[in-house]
Amino acid sequence: MSEAPELRDPRVIAALIGEIASVAETMDRQVVLMEVCGTHTHAVAGAGLRRMLPEGVRLISGPGCPVCVTPVDYLDRALALADLPDTTVCTFGDLMRVPSSLSSLERAHAEGSPIEIVYSPRDALDMARANPKRQVIFLGVGFETTAPTIAAAIAEAETGGVDNFLILPGNKVMPPPMRSLVEDQELKVDGFLLPGHVSVLTGWECFRFLAEDYQVPGAVVGFSPADIMRGVADLLHQVADGRSKISNLYSRVVSPQGNRVAADMVARVFEPVATAWRGFGEIPDSGLGLRPDFAHRDAGLIDVELPPPHEPTGCACGDVLRGVIDPPECPLFAAACRPDSPVGACMVSSEGTCAAWYRHERLTGTAR
Amino acid sequence: MKKNTPRRLLLGHGSGGRLTHELVEGTFLPALNNPILASLTDAAVLPELPPGRPALTTDGFVVDPPIFPGGNLGELSVCGTVNDLAVAGARPLWLTWGLILEEGADGELIAACAAGTASAASEAGVQIVAGDTKVVPRGKGDRIYAVTAGLGVVPPGREISDARIDAGDVVIASGPLGDHGATIMAARHRLDAGSLVSDCAPLNGLIESVFAAGIDIHSMHDPTRGGVLTVCNEVAERSGKRLILSETAIPVRPQVRAVCEVLGLEVLGLACEGRVLAWVHRDQADAALDAFRAHPQGAEAAIFARVEDAAEGAIPVVMETEVGSTRPLDMLSGSDLPRIC
Amino acid sequence: MCLAIPMLLKERNEFEGVVELDGVSRTVSLMLLPDADVGEHVLIHAGYAIGQVNAEEAAQTLELLREHADNMVDL
Repeated sequence: MSEAPELRDPRVIAALIGEIASVAETMDRQVVLMEVCGTHTHAVAGAGLRRMLPEGVRLISGPGCPVCVTPVDYLDRALALADLPDTTVCTFGDLMRVPSSLSSLERAHAEGSPIEIVYSPRDALDMARANPKRQVIFLGVGFETTAPTIAAAIAEAETGGVDNFLILPGNKVMPPPMRSLVEDQELKVDGFLLPGHVSVLTGWECFRFLAEDYQVPGAVVGFSPADIMRGVADLLHQVADGRSKISNLYSRVVSPQGNRVAADMVARVFEPVATAWRGFGEIPDSGLGLRPDFAHRDAGLIDVELPPPHEPTGCACGDVLRGVIDPPECPLFAAACRPDSPVGACMVSSEGTCAAWYRHERLTGTAR
Repeated sequence: MKKNTPRRLLLGHGSGGRLTHELVEGTFLPALNNPILASLTDAAVLPELPPGRPALTTDGFVVDPPIFPGGNLGELSVCGTVNDLAVAGARPLWLTWGLILEEGADGELIAACAAGTASAASEAGVQIVAGDTKVVPRGKGDRIYAVTAGLGVVPPGREISDARIDAGDVVIASGPLGDHGATIMAARHRLDAGSLVSDCAPLNGLIESVFAAGIDIHSMHDPTRGGVLTVCNEVAERSGKRLILSETAIPVRPQVRAVCEVLGLEVLGLACEGRVLAWVHRDQADAALDAFRAHPQGAEAAIFARVEDAAEGAIPVVMETEVGSTRPLDMLSGSDLPRIC
Repeated sequence: MCLAIPMLLKERNEFEGVVELDGVSRTVSLMLLPDADVGEHVLIHAGYAIGQVNAEEAAQTLELLREHADNMVDL
């Protein structure tokens, strides 16, 4: 049993909805809450939580899915690397359908490029061990949760002398784009559901600036329906009372400082770099690049020919990611852009805001 | 038989010459033994069909890994075709078996798949009456592919069709869903799924026993590729009715749920190779459930969905979630890929 | 982002452990969680143990939720 039944108990949920509704009634305006984690997007849609919320509470999705915020030139580079001789590109399944300028990993795979889906960076490392004559390049995407696993695989490759294991660095960290979100004048977010598994690694204190510098409340929550609804109730109370603090409602796995061993591992292998986010542009110190000591494992330094980056026209992924519009407000949504033929990255990942919306909340009455 | 199985497949094993003969006579014939096949003529000349309407189907089988807990590609190639006939209401009779082998493939693998084919055919009570073998150069295929065709007969008076699905029907799953898909995904991503095995099995015995109990099955489908998600969406589209699934009623083994949680997969998108979904009128629901459960293959059968009339613009397939909300269920877009994010 | 699942640590050596959930197990790296003890629940992400489940905190959360549900019934 992975999680206790209480976490999905309809009575618990009904009680929390009741609490949420009673606070919402006291408010003279709609309260907008944002989650910034794709697994939250997925969990909300999977249980149908959004439509259980009262009119006065709106839950939107921010830049939480690494696939959605990975810019198109990263994929262009990945595809160019897959064309190198004696090279295998390994990726999490999440990236397979993300459109590049001219193709996608899935299409390139169909055309014969050696691209393998792995569950763990270690599986890619093992592939490198088993094929010493091939260069194995792992596409290193994801946030704070995933970065330590990639750093650990690199450390293991170093000690094991696995010279043919490289990564294409693309990891990102959450606080900088969240700062840019709260500074965005267009955006009106009253509170954040904070990413539970990122916080396992970073600790919840890294989000204190939201409350302390910007007076925006936050709640670190887990991924069960009860966890999420507790977070919504907590934030609503804070907004109604005019308070702002960071509540840790996922204390069963999240501590104030997080996993220090993992943080040290990341600091040993990576250093902060400016990186581009789809919809946000370049944000200083929001990405992780390999330290110079590990340049020999940096596939980003390999000289390849890239097509001029092409972002699809009309695609409003950027506004969707910043929470400025809902997916149905994009002119391409459900017409030119669908899960089976995605135009923008938000439609690609099953956790992308648009895909989740399309799948679960597309039709009459449910989209709000 | 074993001493005649080649260690590695050579291109010559598909040439039609001496090596092909050795493979057929040394490996395939002894496994699939029956007089029609043994005649090795250009075409199988069959006895006259029993009364009813003939049903014909074909299917191709590619699976990685080709041997998995609970079965192999050979068994799959028989069960898939037998089940396609059975869910159409037909009694399967004869199958053809075509193999496309990769040069260098392990002979023991081919023999194991032949043995799997034989045992599944015997369990289903069908005969493999014609076969073919081709060998493609190394790298042009993945060890072993199989293509089967199956011929059966729908007995007089039996009508299985989505057109018969109506508001007031319930949907029965003959057993826990997703065992096959979860087994394969676990094997591919180095999960040890313990006692979990593929559900791969011929369904014709189970289905005949339900008919024999006097159940008027309106329609049936086997949720193979794309799983329950695909079947339910296709049925809703063809029948013009709305399907409402109850999350808490869907039979899923804890191990299957665990594989999905770890790899980030959709349970209802997983393939089954030995499960049938049956639509019956709710007045017959209890009797149908009893009939399914009376057969060993249907012991864990459950009612998990109901059919309603579809209002204009309504979502065609909906799930009532465990926490008391609803959500639309769409087909998967392409294959379900493991995700970490 | 960041699918992570609590699983039971069944056995371990210096760098690796076997974790289990409902009869499904996998070998994972303990490099990021070197102090994990056999018998503990650990959070697994992409083949690595990344955090421990604090049983006491988990029990408190559940107790809180049960109280919520009970209050609901009282209303």
